[in-house]
Amino acid sequence: MASEHLVKSFDQELEKLNAWIGQMGGLAEAQLSDALDAIAQRDASIAERVIASDAQIDKLERDVAHHVIRMLALRQPMAVDLRAIVAALKISGVIERIGDYAANLAKRSLVLGQMPAMRSIGGIERLGRLVVGVLKDVLDAFGQNDVAKARQVWLRDQEVDDMYTSLFRELLTYMMEDPRNITPCTHLLFMAKNIERIGDHATNIAEIIHFKVQGVELTEQRPKGDTTTSAKMEAR
Amino acid sequence: MSLNANIETAPQAPAIAGAPEQAKILVRDLDFFYGESRALKSINVAFPGQLVTAIIGPSGCGKSTLLRVINRMYDLYPDQRAAGEVIIDGRNILDPAMDINLLRWRVGMVFQKPTPFPMTIHDNIAFGIRLHERISGSELNDRVEQALRQAALWDEVKDKLKKSGQSLSGGQQQRLCIARAIAVNPEIILMDEPCSALDPIATAKIEELIDELRANFTIVIVTHNMQQAARVSQHTAFFHLGELVEFGETDQIFTNPREKRTQAYITGRFG
Repeated sequence: MASEHLVKSFDQELEKLNAWIGQMGGLAEAQLSDALDAIAQRDASIAERVIASDAQIDKLERDVAHHVIRMLALRQPMAVDLRAIVAALKISGVIERIGDYAANLAKRSLVLGQMPAMRSIGGIERLGRLVVGVLKDVLDAFGQNDVAKARQVWLRDQEVDDMYTSLFRELLTYMMEDPRNITPCTHLLFMAKNIERIGDHATNIAEIIHFKVQGVELTEQRPKGDTTTSAKMEAR
Repeated sequence: MSLNANIETAPQAPAIAGAPEQAKILVRDLDFFYGESRALKSINVAFPGQLVTAIIGPSGCGKSTLLRVINRMYDLYPDQRAAGEVIIDGRNILDPAMDINLLRWRVGMVFQKPTPFPMTIHDNIAFGIRLHERISGSELNDRVEQALRQAALWDEVKDKLKKSGQSLSGGQQQRLCIARAIAVNPEIILMDEPCSALDPIATAKIEELIDELRANFTIVIVTHNMQQAARVSQHTAFFHLGELVEFGETDQIFTNPREKRTQAYITGRFG
Protein backbone atom coordinates (compact mmCIF):
# COMPACT_ATOMS: atom_id res chain seq x y z
CA MET A 1 0.00 0.00 0.00
CA ALA A 2 1.18 3.53 -0.79
CA SER A 3 4.89 4.05 -1.48
CA GLU A 4 7.81 2.51 0.31
CA HIS A 5 9.07 3.15 3.82
CA LEU A 6 12.43 4.74 4.46
CA VAL A 7 13.16 1.65 6.53
CA LYS A 8 13.09 -1.16 3.97
CA SER A 9 12.80 -3.97 6.50
CA PHE A 10 9.47 -2.50 7.62
CA ASP A 11 8.13 -3.01 4.09
CA GLN A 12 9.46 -6.55 4.09
CA GLU A 13 7.72 -7.28 7.38
CA LEU A 14 4.42 -5.95 6.06
CA GLU A 15 4.78 -8.04 2.90
CA LYS A 16 5.52 -11.12 4.96
CA LEU A 17 2.43 -10.47 7.07
CA ASN A 18 0.20 -10.14 4.01
CA ALA A 19 1.75 -13.24 2.44
CA TRP A 20 0.90 -15.23 5.58
CA ILE A 21 -2.70 -14.04 5.49
CA GLY A 22 -2.87 -15.00 1.81
CA GLN A 23 -1.49 -18.44 2.66
CA MET A 24 -3.97 -18.92 5.53
CA GLY A 25 -6.83 -17.84 3.29
CA GLY A 26 -5.78 -20.23 0.54
CA LEU A 27 -5.63 -23.09 3.03
CA ALA A 28 -9.07 -22.28 4.47
CA GLU A 29 -10.57 -22.01 1.00
CA ALA A 30 -9.12 -25.41 0.01
CA GLN A 31 -10.26 -26.87 3.33
CA LEU A 32 -13.85 -25.79 2.74
CA SER A 33 -13.80 -26.94 -0.88
CA ASP A 34 -12.35 -30.34 0.10
CA ALA A 35 -14.89 -30.72 2.89
CA LEU A 36 -17.65 -30.25 0.30
CA ASP A 37 -16.03 -32.95 -1.86
CA ALA A 38 -15.90 -35.25 1.14
CA ILE A 39 -19.63 -34.65 1.73
CA ALA A 40 -20.67 -35.09 -1.91
CA GLN A 41 -18.44 -38.10 -2.61
CA ARG A 42 -18.90 -39.65 0.85
CA ASP A 43 -15.12 -39.99 0.89
CA ALA A 44 -13.63 -40.52 4.37
CA SER A 45 -10.02 -40.08 3.23
CA ILE A 46 -10.69 -36.55 1.97
CA ALA A 47 -12.50 -35.76 5.23
CA GLU A 48 -9.53 -36.99 7.29
CA ARG A 49 -7.20 -34.80 5.26
CA VAL A 50 -9.37 -31.73 5.86
CA ILE A 51 -9.43 -32.39 9.60
CA ALA A 52 -5.65 -32.81 9.68
CA SER A 53 -4.93 -29.60 7.74
CA ASP A 54 -6.55 -27.52 10.46
CA ALA A 55 -3.33 -27.70 12.49
CA GLN A 56 -1.49 -25.89 9.71
CA ILE A 57 -3.89 -22.92 9.82
CA ASP A 58 -3.66 -22.81 13.60
CA LYS A 59 0.12 -22.63 13.41
CA LEU A 60 0.01 -19.81 10.88
CA GLU A 61 -2.37 -17.89 13.11
CA ARG A 62 0.12 -18.12 15.98
CA ASP A 63 2.94 -17.01 13.66
CA VAL A 64 0.91 -14.00 12.56
CA ALA A 65 0.17 -13.04 16.18
CA HIS A 66 3.86 -13.21 17.14
CA HIS A 67 4.89 -11.26 14.07
CA VAL A 68 2.28 -8.56 14.77
CA ILE A 69 3.32 -8.16 18.41
CA ARG A 70 6.93 -7.80 17.31
CA MET A 71 6.03 -5.22 14.66
CA LEU A 72 3.92 -3.18 17.09
CA ALA A 73 6.78 -3.14 19.59
CA LEU A 74 9.58 -2.38 17.14
CA ARG A 75 7.92 -0.15 14.53
CA GLN A 76 5.26 1.67 16.54
CA PRO A 77 3.21 1.95 13.36
CA MET A 78 0.88 4.84 12.59
CA ALA A 79 -2.13 5.49 10.37
CA VAL A 80 -2.37 3.18 7.34
CA ASP A 81 0.40 0.90 8.66
CA LEU A 82 -1.26 0.55 12.04
CA ARG A 83 -4.58 -0.26 10.39
CA ALA A 84 -2.93 -2.79 8.04
CA ILE A 85 -1.23 -4.60 10.93
CA VAL A 86 -4.31 -4.68 13.13
CA ALA A 87 -6.40 -5.80 10.15
CA ALA A 88 -4.01 -8.69 9.47
CA LEU A 89 -4.21 -9.79 13.11
CA LYS A 90 -8.01 -9.72 13.10
CA ILE A 91 -8.35 -11.44 9.74
CA SER A 92 -5.99 -14.23 10.81
CA GLY A 93 -8.32 -14.90 13.76
CA VAL A 94 -11.34 -14.97 11.45
CA ILE A 95 -9.67 -17.36 9.00
CA GLU A 96 -8.69 -19.67 11.84
CA ARG A 97 -12.36 -19.81 12.81
CA ILE A 98 -13.35 -20.56 9.21
CA GLY A 99 -10.89 -23.46 9.28
CA ASP A 100 -12.58 -24.79 12.43
CA TYR A 101 -15.97 -24.73 10.70
CA ALA A 102 -14.56 -26.52 7.65
CA ALA A 103 -13.03 -29.20 9.89
CA ASN A 104 -16.38 -29.61 11.62
CA LEU A 105 -18.06 -30.10 8.22
CA ALA A 106 -15.54 -32.85 7.45
CA LYS A 107 -16.19 -34.56 10.81
CA ARG A 108 -19.94 -34.59 10.21
CA SER A 109 -19.41 -35.94 6.69
CA LEU A 110 -17.78 -38.98 8.31
CA VAL A 111 -20.92 -39.55 10.39
CA LEU A 112 -23.22 -39.01 7.41
CA GLY A 113 -21.15 -41.47 5.41
CA GLN A 114 -22.34 -44.22 7.77
CA MET A 115 -26.01 -43.48 6.92
CA PRO A 116 -28.10 -43.75 3.75
CA ALA A 117 -27.48 -40.84 1.36
CA MET A 118 -29.87 -37.86 1.77
CA ARG A 119 -31.27 -35.80 -1.08
CA SER A 120 -30.44 -32.51 0.70
CA ILE A 121 -26.71 -33.17 0.27
CA GLY A 122 -27.07 -31.38 -3.08
CA GLY A 123 -28.41 -28.26 -1.33
CA ILE A 124 -25.53 -28.30 1.14
CA GLU A 125 -23.06 -28.52 -1.69
CA ARG A 126 -24.65 -25.62 -3.60
CA LEU A 127 -24.62 -23.45 -0.49
CA GLY A 128 -21.02 -24.49 0.15
CA ARG A 129 -19.85 -23.70 -3.38
CA LEU A 130 -21.49 -20.29 -3.16
CA VAL A 131 -19.58 -19.58 0.08
CA VAL A 132 -16.30 -20.86 -1.41
CA GLY A 133 -16.78 -18.22 -4.12
CA VAL A 134 -17.51 -15.53 -1.53
CA LEU A 135 -14.43 -16.52 0.45
CA LYS A 136 -12.25 -16.47 -2.66
CA ASP A 137 -13.50 -13.00 -3.60
CA VAL A 138 -12.93 -11.53 -0.16
CA LEU A 139 -9.40 -12.94 -0.05
CA ASP A 140 -8.72 -11.43 -3.49
CA ALA A 141 -10.09 -8.13 -2.20
CA PHE A 142 -7.64 -8.38 0.71
CA GLY A 143 -4.69 -9.10 -1.57
CA GLN A 144 -5.54 -6.15 -3.82
CA ASN A 145 -6.82 -3.76 -1.12
CA ASP A 146 -9.94 -3.59 -3.29
CA VAL A 147 -12.68 -1.87 -1.29
CA ALA A 148 -15.28 -2.12 -4.06
CA LYS A 149 -14.81 -5.87 -4.26
CA ALA A 150 -14.97 -6.19 -0.47
CA ARG A 151 -18.24 -4.28 -0.47
CA GLN A 152 -19.70 -6.61 -3.10
CA VAL A 153 -18.85 -9.61 -0.92
CA TRP A 154 -20.47 -7.87 2.00
CA LEU A 155 -23.69 -7.41 0.05
CA ARG A 156 -23.65 -11.01 -1.24
CA ASP A 157 -24.20 -12.37 2.24
CA GLN A 158 -27.91 -11.87 1.56
CA GLU A 159 -27.75 -14.55 -1.12
CA VAL A 160 -26.07 -16.97 1.29
CA ASP A 161 -28.67 -16.27 3.96
CA ASP A 162 -31.55 -16.83 1.52
CA MET A 163 -30.19 -20.15 0.39
CA TYR A 164 -29.57 -21.20 3.99
CA THR A 165 -33.12 -20.30 4.99
CA SER A 166 -34.65 -22.38 2.21
CA LEU A 167 -32.37 -25.31 3.06
CA PHE A 168 -33.43 -25.02 6.70
CA ARG A 169 -37.11 -25.26 5.73
CA GLU A 170 -36.43 -28.20 3.42
CA LEU A 171 -34.67 -30.14 6.18
CA LEU A 172 -37.49 -29.47 8.66
CA THR A 173 -39.94 -30.89 6.14
CA TYR A 174 -37.93 -34.11 5.78
CA MET A 175 -37.79 -34.52 9.52
CA MET A 176 -41.56 -34.14 9.80
CA GLU A 177 -42.12 -36.66 7.02
CA ASP A 178 -40.14 -39.43 8.67
CA PRO A 179 -38.58 -39.48 12.15
CA ARG A 180 -35.75 -41.68 10.81
CA ASN A 181 -34.53 -38.60 8.94
CA ILE A 182 -34.01 -36.67 12.17
CA THR A 183 -30.42 -37.80 12.84
CA PRO A 184 -29.00 -37.16 9.35
CA CYS A 185 -31.03 -33.97 8.91
CA THR A 186 -29.81 -32.62 12.23
CA HIS A 187 -26.23 -33.11 11.04
CA LEU A 188 -27.13 -31.47 7.75
CA LEU A 189 -28.68 -28.54 9.61
CA PHE A 190 -25.48 -28.02 11.58
CA MET A 191 -23.48 -28.29 8.37
CA ALA A 192 -25.68 -25.70 6.67
CA LYS A 193 -25.31 -23.44 9.72
CA ASN A 194 -21.51 -23.87 9.69
CA ILE A 195 -21.37 -22.88 6.04
CA GLU A 196 -23.63 -19.91 6.67
CA ARG A 197 -21.33 -18.86 9.52
CA ILE A 198 -18.33 -19.04 7.18
CA GLY A 199 -20.24 -16.63 4.92
CA ASP A 200 -20.72 -14.29 7.89
CA HIS A 201 -17.02 -14.44 8.62
CA ALA A 202 -16.27 -13.56 5.01
CA THR A 203 -18.39 -10.41 5.43
CA ASN A 204 -16.44 -9.64 8.62
CA ILE A 205 -13.24 -9.82 6.59
CA ALA A 206 -14.85 -7.47 4.03
CA GLU A 207 -15.57 -4.98 6.83
CA ILE A 208 -12.00 -5.23 8.13
CA ILE A 209 -10.63 -4.61 4.61
CA HIS A 210 -12.84 -1.53 4.32
CA PHE A 211 -11.51 -0.12 7.60
CA LYS A 212 -7.95 -1.00 6.70
CA VAL A 213 -8.08 0.87 3.39
CA GLN A 214 -10.47 3.75 4.13
CA GLY A 215 -9.93 4.27 7.85
CA VAL A 216 -13.68 4.29 8.52
CA GLU A 217 -16.21 1.54 9.13
CA LEU A 218 -18.65 0.28 6.52
CA THR A 219 -21.70 1.89 8.04
CA GLU A 220 -24.49 1.46 5.52
CA GLN A 221 -27.36 -0.90 6.41
CA ARG A 222 -26.92 -4.42 5.12
CA PRO A 223 -30.06 -6.39 4.26
CA LYS A 224 -30.50 -9.23 6.76
CA GLY A 225 -31.53 -12.50 5.14
CA ASP A 226 -31.27 -15.18 7.82
CA THR A 227 -34.88 -15.53 9.00
CA THR A 228 -34.46 -19.02 10.50
CA THR A 229 -34.29 -17.60 14.01
CA SER A 230 -38.04 -16.95 13.69
CA ALA A 231 -38.90 -19.79 11.27
CA LYS A 232 -41.46 -22.43 12.21
CA MET A 233 -43.32 -25.20 10.45
CA GLU A 234 -47.01 -25.92 10.77
CA ALA A 235 -47.78 -29.57 11.58
CA ARG A 236 -50.13 -31.09 9.05
CA MET B 1 -19.63 21.08 -14.12
CA SER B 2 -21.62 24.19 -14.85
CA LEU B 3 -20.20 27.70 -14.98
CA ASN B 4 -21.94 28.49 -11.73
CA ALA B 5 -19.59 26.22 -9.86
CA ASN B 6 -16.72 28.53 -10.66
CA ILE B 7 -18.60 31.63 -9.70
CA GLU B 8 -19.49 30.25 -6.30
CA THR B 9 -15.84 29.60 -5.46
CA ALA B 10 -14.98 33.26 -5.99
CA PRO B 11 -12.33 34.78 -3.67
CA GLN B 12 -13.17 34.44 0.00
CA ALA B 13 -11.30 34.48 3.30
CA PRO B 14 -9.01 31.44 3.60
CA ALA B 15 -10.39 28.71 5.84
CA ILE B 16 -8.93 28.57 9.33
CA ALA B 17 -7.97 25.10 10.51
CA GLY B 18 -9.66 24.28 13.82
CA ALA B 19 -12.47 26.12 15.57
CA PRO B 20 -11.72 29.87 15.52
CA GLU B 21 -14.52 30.71 17.95
CA GLN B 22 -12.95 28.58 20.70
CA ALA B 23 -9.39 29.61 19.95
CA LYS B 24 -6.94 30.79 22.58
CA ILE B 25 -4.43 31.56 19.87
CA LEU B 26 -5.74 32.47 16.44
CA VAL B 27 -3.20 32.64 13.64
CA ARG B 28 -4.40 34.46 10.52
CA ASP B 29 -2.58 34.75 7.18
CA LEU B 30 0.75 34.50 8.91
CA ASP B 31 3.91 34.78 6.83
CA PHE B 32 7.38 34.76 8.30
CA PHE B 33 10.66 35.73 6.71
CA TYR B 34 14.28 35.08 7.63
CA GLY B 35 15.74 37.82 5.42
CA GLU B 36 14.47 36.93 1.95
CA SER B 37 13.50 33.37 2.73
CA ARG B 38 9.86 32.72 3.52
CA ALA B 39 9.72 30.22 6.39
CA LEU B 40 5.96 30.29 7.00
CA LYS B 41 3.41 30.59 4.21
CA SER B 42 -0.09 31.94 4.85
CA ILE B 43 -0.69 29.99 8.03
CA ASN B 44 -4.29 29.96 9.27
CA VAL B 45 -4.93 27.94 12.38
CA ALA B 46 -6.79 28.14 15.69
CA PHE B 47 -5.17 26.65 18.81
CA PRO B 48 -7.83 25.75 21.35
CA GLY B 49 -7.52 26.82 24.99
CA GLN B 50 -6.93 24.48 27.96
CA LEU B 51 -5.73 21.76 25.60
CA VAL B 52 -2.43 20.54 24.23
CA THR B 53 -1.68 21.06 20.56
CA ALA B 54 1.30 19.25 19.07
CA ILE B 55 3.17 20.58 16.06
CA ILE B 56 4.96 17.95 14.01
CA GLY B 57 6.89 18.00 10.77
CA PRO B 58 10.34 17.37 9.33
CA SER B 59 13.28 19.64 10.19
CA GLY B 60 12.99 23.06 8.61
CA CYS B 61 9.22 22.84 8.16
CA GLY B 62 8.61 25.99 10.23
CA LYS B 63 7.29 24.48 13.43
CA SER B 64 9.85 26.10 15.75
CA THR B 65 9.51 29.32 13.79
CA LEU B 66 5.81 29.41 14.62
CA LEU B 67 6.58 29.11 18.35
CA ARG B 68 9.11 31.93 18.02
CA VAL B 69 6.38 34.09 16.48
CA ILE B 70 3.83 33.37 19.19
CA ASN B 71 6.04 34.97 21.87
CA ARG B 72 7.80 37.33 19.44
CA MET B 73 11.23 35.99 20.14
CA TYR B 74 12.22 36.94 16.60
CA ASP B 75 12.11 40.60 17.65
CA LEU B 76 15.71 40.20 18.80
CA TYR B 77 16.86 39.72 15.19
CA PRO B 78 16.59 42.70 12.84
CA ASP B 79 16.37 40.72 9.56
CA GLN B 80 13.43 38.61 10.67
CA ARG B 81 9.86 39.73 10.22
CA ALA B 82 6.31 38.44 10.44
CA ALA B 83 3.24 39.51 8.46
CA GLY B 84 -0.35 38.65 9.26
CA GLU B 85 -1.95 38.30 12.65
CA VAL B 86 -1.54 36.23 15.80
CA ILE B 87 -4.50 36.96 18.01
CA ILE B 88 -4.43 35.98 21.66
CA ASP B 89 -7.65 36.71 23.53
CA GLY B 90 -8.76 39.14 20.84
CA ARG B 91 -5.50 41.09 20.67
CA ASN B 92 -3.07 40.96 17.75
CA ILE B 93 0.29 40.35 19.42
CA LEU B 94 2.22 41.21 16.24
CA ASP B 95 1.02 44.79 16.66
CA PRO B 96 4.19 46.94 17.18
CA ALA B 97 2.44 48.63 20.10
CA MET B 98 2.22 45.32 21.95
CA ASP B 99 4.14 45.32 25.26
CA ILE B 100 6.67 42.52 24.76
CA ASN B 101 7.32 42.04 28.46
CA LEU B 102 3.63 41.65 29.12
CA LEU B 103 3.36 39.18 26.23
CA ARG B 104 6.23 37.01 27.48
CA TRP B 105 4.74 37.06 30.94
CA ARG B 106 1.53 35.60 29.51
CA VAL B 107 3.30 33.26 27.09
CA GLY B 108 5.97 31.09 28.72
CA MET B 109 8.51 29.04 26.85
CA VAL B 110 10.41 25.83 27.53
CA PHE B 111 13.36 24.99 25.29
CA GLN B 112 14.95 21.84 23.94
CA LYS B 113 17.91 21.91 26.30
CA PRO B 114 17.22 22.71 29.95
CA THR B 115 18.37 26.26 30.61
CA PRO B 116 18.50 26.78 34.38
CA PHE B 117 19.95 30.14 35.43
CA PRO B 118 23.29 29.93 37.24
CA MET B 119 21.67 30.50 40.62
CA THR B 120 19.96 28.46 43.34
CA ILE B 121 16.91 26.31 42.66
CA HIS B 122 14.83 28.73 44.71
CA ASP B 123 16.11 31.79 42.87
CA ASN B 124 15.55 30.18 39.47
CA ILE B 125 11.84 30.27 40.23
CA ALA B 126 11.77 33.46 42.28
CA PHE B 127 13.60 35.47 39.62
CA GLY B 128 10.68 35.72 37.20
CA ILE B 129 8.12 36.33 39.93
CA ARG B 130 10.16 39.25 41.34
CA LEU B 131 10.35 40.81 37.88
CA HIS B 132 6.58 41.05 37.60
CA GLU B 133 5.28 41.31 41.13
CA ARG B 134 6.14 42.92 44.44
CA ILE B 135 5.42 40.34 47.11
CA SER B 136 6.69 39.53 50.61
CA GLY B 137 9.41 36.94 51.25
CA SER B 138 7.03 34.37 52.75
CA GLU B 139 4.56 34.82 49.94
CA LEU B 140 7.41 34.39 47.48
CA ASN B 141 8.45 31.15 49.17
CA ASP B 142 4.88 29.89 48.86
CA ARG B 143 4.83 30.72 45.17
CA VAL B 144 8.15 28.93 44.62
CA GLU B 145 6.82 25.84 46.39
CA GLN B 146 3.58 25.96 44.44
CA ALA B 147 5.41 26.17 41.11
CA LEU B 148 7.75 23.32 42.04
CA ARG B 149 4.80 21.20 43.15
CA GLN B 150 2.95 21.89 39.90
CA ALA B 151 6.06 20.84 38.00
CA ALA B 152 6.21 17.60 40.05
CA LEU B 153 9.67 18.53 41.32
CA TRP B 154 9.01 19.67 44.91
CA ASP B 155 9.58 16.34 46.65
CA GLU B 156 12.92 15.90 44.92
CA VAL B 157 14.31 19.38 45.70
CA LYS B 158 12.56 20.63 48.86
CA ASP B 159 15.66 19.87 50.99
CA LYS B 160 18.15 21.53 48.65
CA LEU B 161 16.51 24.75 47.50
CA LYS B 162 19.76 26.62 48.18
CA LYS B 163 21.74 24.41 45.84
CA SER B 164 22.50 25.45 42.29
CA GLY B 165 19.88 24.67 39.68
CA GLN B 166 22.66 23.31 37.52
CA SER B 167 23.41 20.58 40.07
CA LEU B 168 20.18 18.80 39.14
CA SER B 169 19.87 15.97 36.62
CA GLY B 170 18.76 16.76 33.05
CA GLY B 171 15.16 15.71 33.65
CA GLN B 172 15.01 17.66 36.91
CA GLN B 173 16.52 20.72 35.22
CA GLN B 174 13.84 20.56 32.54
CA ARG B 175 11.09 20.35 35.16
CA LEU B 176 12.79 23.28 36.93
CA CYS B 177 12.48 25.25 33.67
CA ILE B 178 8.80 24.29 33.44
CA ALA B 179 8.33 25.39 37.07
CA ARG B 180 10.04 28.67 36.22
CA ALA B 181 7.74 29.13 33.22
CA ILE B 182 4.55 28.47 35.18
CA ALA B 183 5.60 30.41 38.30
CA VAL B 184 4.57 33.72 36.77
CA ASN B 185 1.08 32.33 35.99
CA PRO B 186 1.18 32.50 32.21
CA GLU B 187 -1.82 31.52 30.11
CA ILE B 188 0.10 29.80 27.35
CA ILE B 189 3.15 27.57 27.54
CA LEU B 190 5.18 26.92 24.40
CA MET B 191 7.44 23.88 24.46
CA ASP B 192 10.10 23.34 21.83
CA GLU B 193 11.25 19.71 21.91
CA PRO B 194 11.16 19.65 25.74
CA CYS B 195 12.12 15.97 26.03
CA SER B 196 14.63 15.45 23.24
CA ALA B 197 17.60 15.66 25.62
CA LEU B 198 16.01 13.48 28.30
CA ASP B 199 16.00 9.76 29.09
CA PRO B 200 12.71 7.78 28.82
CA ILE B 201 11.92 8.03 32.54
CA ALA B 202 12.42 11.80 32.68
CA THR B 203 10.42 12.01 29.43
CA ALA B 204 7.54 10.06 30.97
CA LYS B 205 7.52 12.46 33.96
CA ILE B 206 7.38 15.50 31.68
CA GLU B 207 4.57 13.93 29.63
CA GLU B 208 2.61 13.20 32.78
CA LEU B 209 3.20 16.79 33.84
CA ILE B 210 1.99 18.19 30.51
CA ASP B 211 -1.22 16.25 30.93
CA GLU B 212 -1.77 17.76 34.38
CA LEU B 213 -0.85 21.29 33.33
CA ARG B 214 -3.36 21.47 30.52
CA ALA B 215 -6.18 21.99 33.02
CA ASN B 216 -4.74 25.46 33.71
CA PHE B 217 -2.76 26.36 30.62
CA THR B 218 -2.93 26.27 26.86
CA ILE B 219 0.04 24.26 25.69
CA VAL B 220 1.67 24.16 22.27
CA ILE B 221 4.42 21.58 21.95
CA VAL B 222 6.82 21.03 19.08
CA THR B 223 8.15 17.49 18.94
CA HIS B 224 10.00 15.17 16.56
CA ASN B 225 8.72 12.17 18.48
CA MET B 226 5.42 11.25 16.89
CA GLN B 227 4.45 8.79 19.57
CA GLN B 228 4.94 11.59 22.07
CA ALA B 229 2.75 13.92 20.02
CA ALA B 230 0.11 11.19 19.89
CA ARG B 231 0.31 10.64 23.66
CA VAL B 232 0.30 14.17 25.03
CA SER B 233 -1.83 16.21 22.65
CA GLN B 234 -5.50 16.53 21.81
CA HIS B 235 -4.87 18.33 18.53
CA THR B 236 -2.03 17.97 16.07
CA ALA B 237 -0.80 20.26 13.31
CA PHE B 238 1.44 18.91 10.57
CA PHE B 239 3.76 21.37 8.87
CA HIS B 240 5.80 20.83 5.74
CA LEU B 241 7.97 23.35 3.87
CA GLY B 242 6.47 26.26 5.75
CA GLU B 243 2.87 25.25 5.06
CA LEU B 244 0.25 23.93 7.43
CA VAL B 245 -0.67 20.69 5.67
CA GLU B 246 -3.20 19.32 8.12
CA PHE B 247 -4.71 20.21 11.48
CA GLY B 248 -7.07 17.95 13.35
CA GLU B 249 -7.81 15.91 16.41
CA THR B 250 -4.77 13.87 17.35
CA ASP B 251 -6.67 10.57 17.22
CA GLN B 252 -7.69 11.25 13.65
CA ILE B 253 -4.29 12.50 12.48
CA PHE B 254 -2.47 9.39 13.71
CA THR B 255 -5.04 6.75 12.74
CA ASN B 256 -6.59 8.19 9.61
CA PRO B 257 -4.91 11.35 8.28
CA ARG B 258 -6.73 13.06 5.40
CA GLU B 259 -3.71 14.39 3.55
CA LYS B 260 -1.25 12.22 1.63
CA ARG B 261 1.73 14.18 2.91
CA THR B 262 0.67 13.70 6.54
CA GLN B 263 0.26 9.99 5.94
CA ALA B 264 3.68 9.74 4.30
CA TYR B 265 5.37 11.61 7.14
CA ILE B 266 3.84 9.81 10.11
CA THR B 267 4.30 6.36 8.58
CA GLY B 268 7.94 6.99 7.70
CA ARG B 269 7.55 7.15 3.94
CA PHE B 270 9.00 10.64 3.49
CA GLY B 271 11.82 10.65 0.95
